[in-house]
Amino acid sequence: MVRYLLQRFTYMLITLFIIATFSFFLMKLLPGSPLSAENKLSEEQQEIVLEKYGLNDPVPVQYLNYLGGLVQGDLGISFQFDSQPVTDILMKRIGPSAELGAYSLIVGTLLGILLGLVSAIFHNTWIDYLSVFIAVIGKSIPAFVFAGMLQYFIGVKWGVLPVAFWEGFEYTIMPTIALMIFPLATAARFTRTEMLEVLGSDYITTARAKGVNEVGVVFKHGLRNALIPLVTVVGPLAVSLMTGTLVIEQIFAIPGLGEQFVKAVMVLDYPIIMGTTLLFAFLFVVIILVIDLLYGLIDPRIRVTGGEK
Amino acid sequence: MKKSNWLLLVLALVLSMFLAACSTGGDSEGSEGSDSEGGEGTAEEGGESTEQVLNLINGDEIPSMDPSMATDTYAFEFLGATMEGLYRLGEGGKPVPGIAKDHTVSDDALTWTFNLRDDAVWSNGDPVTANDFVYAWQRAVDPATGSEYGPYMMGGVIKNATAVNKGEVPVDQLGVTAKDDHTLVVELEKPVPYFESLTTFGTFLPLNQAFVEEQGDAFATDMDKLVYNGPFKFTEWNPGDGDWTLEKNPDYWDAETVKLEKMNFKVVKDTATGINAYETGEVDRAGLSADFVDQYSTHEDYKIQEETTVFWLKFNQVWKDGPSNGALANENIRRAISMAFDKQALAETILNNGSIPATGVVPLNFAPHPETGEDFRKINGDLVTSDVEAAKEAWQKGLEELGVDSLTVEFLGDDSDTAKNMNAYLKNQLETNLEGLTVELKEVPFEQRLDLDTNMTYEIEFAGWGPDYLDPNTWLNLWETGGGNNMMGYSNPEYDALLKKANNELALKPVERFETFLEMEKILLEEDAAVAPVYQRARALLVKPYVKGILKNPFGPDYEYKWAYKGEE
Repeated sequence: MVRYLLQRFTYMLITLFIIATFSFFLMKLLPGSPLSAENKLSEEQQEIVLEKYGLNDPVPVQYLNYLGGLVQGDLGISFQFDSQPVTDILMKRIGPSAELGAYSLIVGTLLGILLGLVSAIFHNTWIDYLSVFIAVIGKSIPAFVFAGMLQYFIGVKWGVLPVAFWEGFEYTIMPTIALMIFPLATAARFTRTEMLEVLGSDYITTARAKGVNEVGVVFKHGLRNALIPLVTVVGPLAVSLMTGTLVIEQIFAIPGLGEQFVKAVMVLDYPIIMGTTLLFAFLFVVIILVIDLLYGLIDPRIRVTGGEK
Repeated sequence: MKKSNWLLLVLALVLSMFLAACSTGGDSEGSEGSDSEGGEGTAEEGGESTEQVLNLINGDEIPSMDPSMATDTYAFEFLGATMEGLYRLGEGGKPVPGIAKDHTVSDDALTWTFNLRDDAVWSNGDPVTANDFVYAWQRAVDPATGSEYGPYMMGGVIKNATAVNKGEVPVDQLGVTAKDDHTLVVELEKPVPYFESLTTFGTFLPLNQAFVEEQGDAFATDMDKLVYNGPFKFTEWNPGDGDWTLEKNPDYWDAETVKLEKMNFKVVKDTATGINAYETGEVDRAGLSADFVDQYSTHEDYKIQEETTVFWLKFNQVWKDGPSNGALANENIRRAISMAFDKQALAETILNNGSIPATGVVPLNFAPHPETGEDFRKINGDLVTSDVEAAKEAWQKGLEELGVDSLTVEFLGDDSDTAKNMNAYLKNQLETNLEGLTVELKEVPFEQRLDLDTNMTYEIEFAGWGPDYLDPNTWLNLWETGGGNNMMGYSNPEYDALLKKANNELALKPVERFETFLEMEKILLEEDAAVAPVYQRARALLVKPYVKGILKNPFGPDYEYKWAYKGEE
C-alpha cells in the first residue's frame, strides 16, 4: 500500500509538471500584452515596465524562473492586482468556491441517490415517473436560468432568502440549490439504472430466498453494489463543480475562483492564470487518487495492491 | 412485498427530511428578521433616514490602491475617495482646492508654485507636506517602480519626466521641488494650460514617504498598509473578498463638509443580480444594460448618466504587414462608410442606455469655450451625420477611383454581447447601403484588439477613447503623425502643424488655442474623413431618491463622493 501510494505520488508530480509546462507555453501564445495601458505608452515605456516584471527575458529563461519559483511554492505576483502574491489571492478565493462545491456535491449526490433509489424500488409507478421527470428537468435546465429564477422568486418576490452575496449560512442556500441540480440529476439517473440491474441479479434473489428482509436486501446487498459505478461519476463531477461554479458565482456575486480565472485570462494576468490552472490540476489528480482508493473500500473485487487472498 | 415497499418509502422520506434539514438548516432565524426592507424602501421612517450610510455596487475588485501603479477606473475612484491631491474635481468637473489652497503661474507658464494648506494631515498623524508630492511624483516616473501611468501622464508635461523614466537622468532631476513644507514648485517641459486639472488625477496624489518605505512591497496591498489624507478611509478592505467599507476620515482637513458616515461596496458583475439586489433594497444604486432599459425606463428611480467616452470607427490607411486592398486609403470610401449607417437607431435601439449619436470626436459637454463658455461640440456642430444618399454617391466615386466594383473589408470589433449586436448591425447597414461592399466581422477579446491595433493589422476597427484631462487636446493629439495612439496611418502635415501650434505658442492664448482645436477637428473629419464617430456613451441606472450629491466626473475617478449624503425621500 505504501509503495503504491509513493508510486502514485510520483505520477502526480510528473502530471503536474507536464501541465505546468504545457500551460506556460500555451499561455505565452495568447495574443496581447499584460500591460493595462499599453495603447497609451511608447514602445520604450512599455519595455521599462515589462523589464520590471521579467517579461523581457527570453521565454526559456522565464520558464526556468517560473519553475524555480514553483519548487519553492512561489507562484509569483499578480499583474492585475498590484503587488498581491498569487498564493494569497487563490487562498482567499478557494474558500467560497470549495464550500459551495462541497455543499452542492454532498447534498446533491445524497438527494440524487435517494431519488434514484425510490425510483428503482417503485419501478414503473407514478413515483418512478416523477423522479425521472425531476432528474430530466435537472439535467436539462441550464444552471444560470435556474439560478436566475431562484434569485427572482425566492429572493426578490418572496424575500425568503438573501438575493446574493456571501455573508453567512443563509447566503449559501440558494447558490447550493442552483448548483446541486446537476449532481442530483446525474446521481439519480445512475442510481436508478444500477439499482434496477442489481435488484434483478441472482444474489439478490438468493438473499430474498434466504429470508433477508426487504430493507436489508435493498440497502445492504443492493445499494452498496449499485454505488460503485456512481463513484466514477462523482470524481469528475466534483472537479466540474469546482470549475463550473463560474456562472453561479457571478449570478450570486460570490468571490470565488471561477470568475477570477476568467478575468485573469481576459487581462492576461499570467501568474494568476498559471496558479489557477495548477490548482485545478492538483485538485483533479488528488480526487482521482481518492476515488481509486475508495474503490477498494467499496468493492472488495478491486484491490490496489496485488492479489494476496 | 407491498408492505415492505411502503416501509422503504417511509425510510426514504425520513432520510430526505433529514437531508432537507441539513441543506436549509436554521432557516427560520435571521433571514426574516434581519432583512431590512421588503423591496419597498419603506423602512425610511424612524432613525433610518438620519443614518448616513450608502450601500453601493462596484463592477469589480479594486486592482490597486497604489497611486503610482493605478491604471483603471476603479482604482482611481477609490483613490479619489480616500486621498487628496493638490486639487479635487468638484461640481461640473471644475477643480476645487484640495491640499493646495491656491497657486501662481510664472509669466512663461513653465513654473507653477502651489501653496499648500498647513492643516492637512495623514491618518497616522503626519502632516501632509510638499515633500509628499515630490516623493510620489518621483516614484511614479522612476523606472524601478514600473508604473504605466507615471510616464504616460507626466511625460512631456513635467520637466525631465521622460528622461528620468528612461534612466537618462537621476530621479531627483524631475521638475518638482519642495521650497518649504508648504510650498511646492513644479517646472514644466512646456506650457500646459490644463495642468490644474491634471493635478486632480490619481497619479499626482501625494504619498507619505516614511510610511511607503516602511511598508516596502506590501504598501497598499490591504487596508492596514495604507495611509489616507482624503475624505474617507477604509475600515474594511481585503482585496479579493468581494466587498469593502469606507468610513468618514475624521483627520481629513475638510471633514466638516463630509456628511456621509459610511459607504458599503459589494462587487456585482451580473446586471440582473444588481437589479435584484436593488429591488430588495440591499443596494442604493444599480446599473442597467440595454435589455433591462425598456422594463425600467418608466421607473421613478431611472436615471441616465452622461459620460465623456466617445466611440468611432478607425480606418487603417496602411496595413503594415499584410496585403491590404488599399481601399481605406481612399478618402471617398472612408467618407461613404462614415455616413452609411444610422447612428440614431444604433444609439436608441441597439445600445438603448441613453447613449447619443456622436457627430465629432470631442464629446458633448466636455470642453467649454474659454470666454463664452459655449460647448465645443455645439460650436463645431455635427461634422459627420448619417446620410445614405451622400454615402452612396461617395461610395461610387471611391469605387471608380479604385477601379473596382466591389470591396471586401475586415471589421475588427470587441466580443462582448453588446458589441456583437452592434457589429452585426453595422455590418448589415453598411452592406445594405453600400452596393458591392462585403464586411467580414472579426470579433476578439479587448486585449487582442489592442494588440492588433498596435501592430496595425486591421482594416476597420471599432475603438473608443476616454479623456485623461480636461482639454480638447486629450482627443485631438491622438492623430498626430506617428503618435502612439494614431496606429491607423493618418498623417496630415497641416493637422500636425496646428497641433504643435496649439501646444506651444498658443499655450497661453486660450481662445486662439480653442479655435485651433475646432479647426483641427474639422480637418480630421470634414476634410479627411479619418475616423467615423459612432456614439458618445451614457449609462442607465436605478438610483434611490435619497442618494444625493454623488458627482459624475468627466475624467479620472468615475464618481466623487466627498459631497455625497443620504437625504430624505
